[in-house]
Amino acid sequence: MTTLQLVWFIIIGVLFAGFFFLEGFDYGVGMSILTLAKDEDERDQVVASIGPVWDGNEVWLITAGGAMFASFPYWYSALFSGYYLVLFLILFGLIIRGVSFEFRGRTDPSKKWIWDWTLGIGSFIVPFTFGIMFISMIQGMPMDSHGNVWAGFTDYINLFSVVGGVALTLLAYLHGLNYIGLKTEWPLRDRVKKYAEVLYPVLYVGLVAFAVLMYFKTDFFQNHFVGTLSLLAVIVLLTVIAHIAVIKNNEGIAFTTSGLTLVSLVALLFQGLFPRLMISSNNSKFDLLITNASSSPYTLKVMTIVVCTFLPIVLLYIGWTYYIFRKRVTGKKSKVKTSNN
Amino acid sequence: MDILSLARFQFGMTTIFHFFFVPFSIGTGLVVAIMETMWVRTKDKTYLRMTKFWGNIFLLSFAVGVVTGIIQEFQFGMNWSDYSRFMGDIFGAPLAIEALLAFFMESTFLGLWMFTWKMVKPWLHATFMWLVTIASMLSAFWIITANAFMQHPTGYALKGGRAVMTSFPKLIANTQAWYEFGHTIAGAICMGGFLIAGMSAFKLLNKKLKEKNFFKRSLKLGLVVGLVGSIGVFVAGDLQMQALIEDQPMKFAATEGEKKDTADPAPWKVISFMDPKTHEDKFDIQIPYMLSLLSYHKPSGSIQGMDSANKNLQAKYGDENNYYPPVNTLFWSFHIMAIFGMAMLGISVLGLFFARKKSQLLFRQKWMLWIVGLFTFVPFITNTCGWLVTELGRYPWTVYGLFTIKDSVSPNVSVGSLLTSNIVYFCLFSFLAIVMVALVVKELKKGPESDDDEMINAPLSSEVEVDPFNKEAFE
Repeated sequence: MTTLQLVWFIIIGVLFAGFFFLEGFDYGVGMSILTLAKDEDERDQVVASIGPVWDGNEVWLITAGGAMFASFPYWYSALFSGYYLVLFLILFGLIIRGVSFEFRGRTDPSKKWIWDWTLGIGSFIVPFTFGIMFISMIQGMPMDSHGNVWAGFTDYINLFSVVGGVALTLLAYLHGLNYIGLKTEWPLRDRVKKYAEVLYPVLYVGLVAFAVLMYFKTDFFQNHFVGTLSLLAVIVLLTVIAHIAVIKNNEGIAFTTSGLTLVSLVALLFQGLFPRLMISSNNSKFDLLITNASSSPYTLKVMTIVVCTFLPIVLLYIGWTYYIFRKRVTGKKSKVKTSNN
Repeated sequence: MDILSLARFQFGMTTIFHFFFVPFSIGTGLVVAIMETMWVRTKDKTYLRMTKFWGNIFLLSFAVGVVTGIIQEFQFGMNWSDYSRFMGDIFGAPLAIEALLAFFMESTFLGLWMFTWKMVKPWLHATFMWLVTIASMLSAFWIITANAFMQHPTGYALKGGRAVMTSFPKLIANTQAWYEFGHTIAGAICMGGFLIAGMSAFKLLNKKLKEKNFFKRSLKLGLVVGLVGSIGVFVAGDLQMQALIEDQPMKFAATEGEKKDTADPAPWKVISFMDPKTHEDKFDIQIPYMLSLLSYHKPSGSIQGMDSANKNLQAKYGDENNYYPPVNTLFWSFHIMAIFGMAMLGISVLGLFFARKKSQLLFRQKWMLWIVGLFTFVPFITNTCGWLVTELGRYPWTVYGLFTIKDSVSPNVSVGSLLTSNIVYFCLFSFLAIVMVALVVKELKKGPESDDDEMINAPLSSEVEVDPFNKEAFE
């Protein structure tokens, strides 16, 4: 394995981690429009909290996909064609959700509910389906020697992958709640706390089930015992910290830790896969490896130069955007409440 | 139904639908940026109101453009996995660079533009829009670099059954990429101009319209932009055609409907109906000398016909195949594009002439306004036709001379899966198109915001200023 191959395996992981950290809360916020917000004014605030940033956050996924294509074309081909209907569902979710932001602001108030629903449902579909995809992937898929996946229904949908889907959705939802807690005022901010306090115990159960299933359904513990166990421990620890931060009204910590939980989850999956990219369940000779799925050394070099030059600039202006929009979003009710104080 | 035709249909459908909105937002984005700059420079309120009004329409197209764009990136792996394996080394790089360089910039600064009307100085706000426009053009450049390789491979070697990049500078310096880029961007600018001119013309047809000045000014600015775009299309298209005669003689012969090598000098077929099997010309109307003039800029020179082109290709790539593309589609796409392209040039010149201060004839003659109005739809036709020529003319190759379409498709995606995605995409796109048109019409009917200072896109303002980085904010 060359250094650049390893570097690109890590870059892909970082891009997915960035995607789940940033777009993760957008999905949570999107789901909140149907669950947390009680009236039109609150729904507007929920949407306004991510209005300027959600589109940029989604670019992390597009960059991850493009980078995967550029650095590991065999992985990109095997994964994307092997998960055809799964990714199709994700695209469907992304589309109905992506148009909602602009459309709901331009439609008659009487028809606004359509776009609230597409936003909410789309925001649910994407993390849930990604969970299914990644968790079925780490269990291994039937593949041929060319890296084509020939899988049946239960290879995609099984107990572990559904638990993975639920866990990822729940993590995204809580991450979104924490974001709303950070970005809004009473009454949303207070309701977030109530919701999160109920949901964190549910998440603990989910995480335990996840860890147990990981032990039985994957070879992660056999191949990378220390890494797998410590990252699972980190995930649990971060969840506990987030939970405590929610109780103690420390919204900044809650948001950061719920984001880092998602990052750790991506790290867990990537370290467990290493040095493989796709696991063949029928013949380990067909595994897709970092060494045999990558682009040429020249392409990897070019791409490394491009990423090292431009990613810092990108991070700089993204950071600046979050700084510009650092204020909380408020609604009609919260104004009344604040002026009464 | 087989997977190849379903995958091809889906690619065509998703790409054409996506490309309605790409030039729409590049073009209108540019016009909006110009309007906002005029506002900053002249302090004329009308320009600010124009920025906001047309900005809303730009935003609608941008929204649909973004979501349909994600399909494009995913479907290479989903539907064309063997192509992706063959080409990943070369094709993936510009795609990743596009996301990193262009998409982040585009989305971030658009977010800033939408929500900082009250927060930053007008010049900075206008800069955001320029950055969005530049980013969208950058994005076009990178994806076209990838496409240009498929038309005219450069800077590569074949190794172990796949194309491997040997020179990144050569990939970017591909002349095909620059002609295509020039042509596409000019087409997008043209579209932006004609959309705004055309929609303004529809508004001006209403005799009782209060905002006459607003829409007259928009119409004129639209026509100026449309004129610049049309000239650009003309120049870039001409350069591209010269390159085509060298690089892809079969595509060129098909777009001109020439089965046999032409006479010298060559006449130009204005219309032609061919037998799709034998490629025999059944009926045509010709203008003498014209094809020589168009191809070589002199009244002599003959053009290679499809039969000779096919022989040459067979000699080069094996005679088990024929290399004829779908001739009637190519001929008609090309001719519709060329004729409407000329018409746009003409309409923008005439329109500007009749809209000048002394005459104002354009605004008094309903039929003239109708023509400009109907030209709202023309750029959609020309842009689509242009891409049909480019992509279908490549047949039977995905990568010219290197890799065929039938080798490109994902072998493991079932007919059932493809059928499902085709049907759902079709319904979804129809739905989005209807909503999009309805919302644009709604914005048009509503008209621009009144003169008062209230900013239409202002974020939900906060009266309590809380700094999330300040600890005390969270007690």
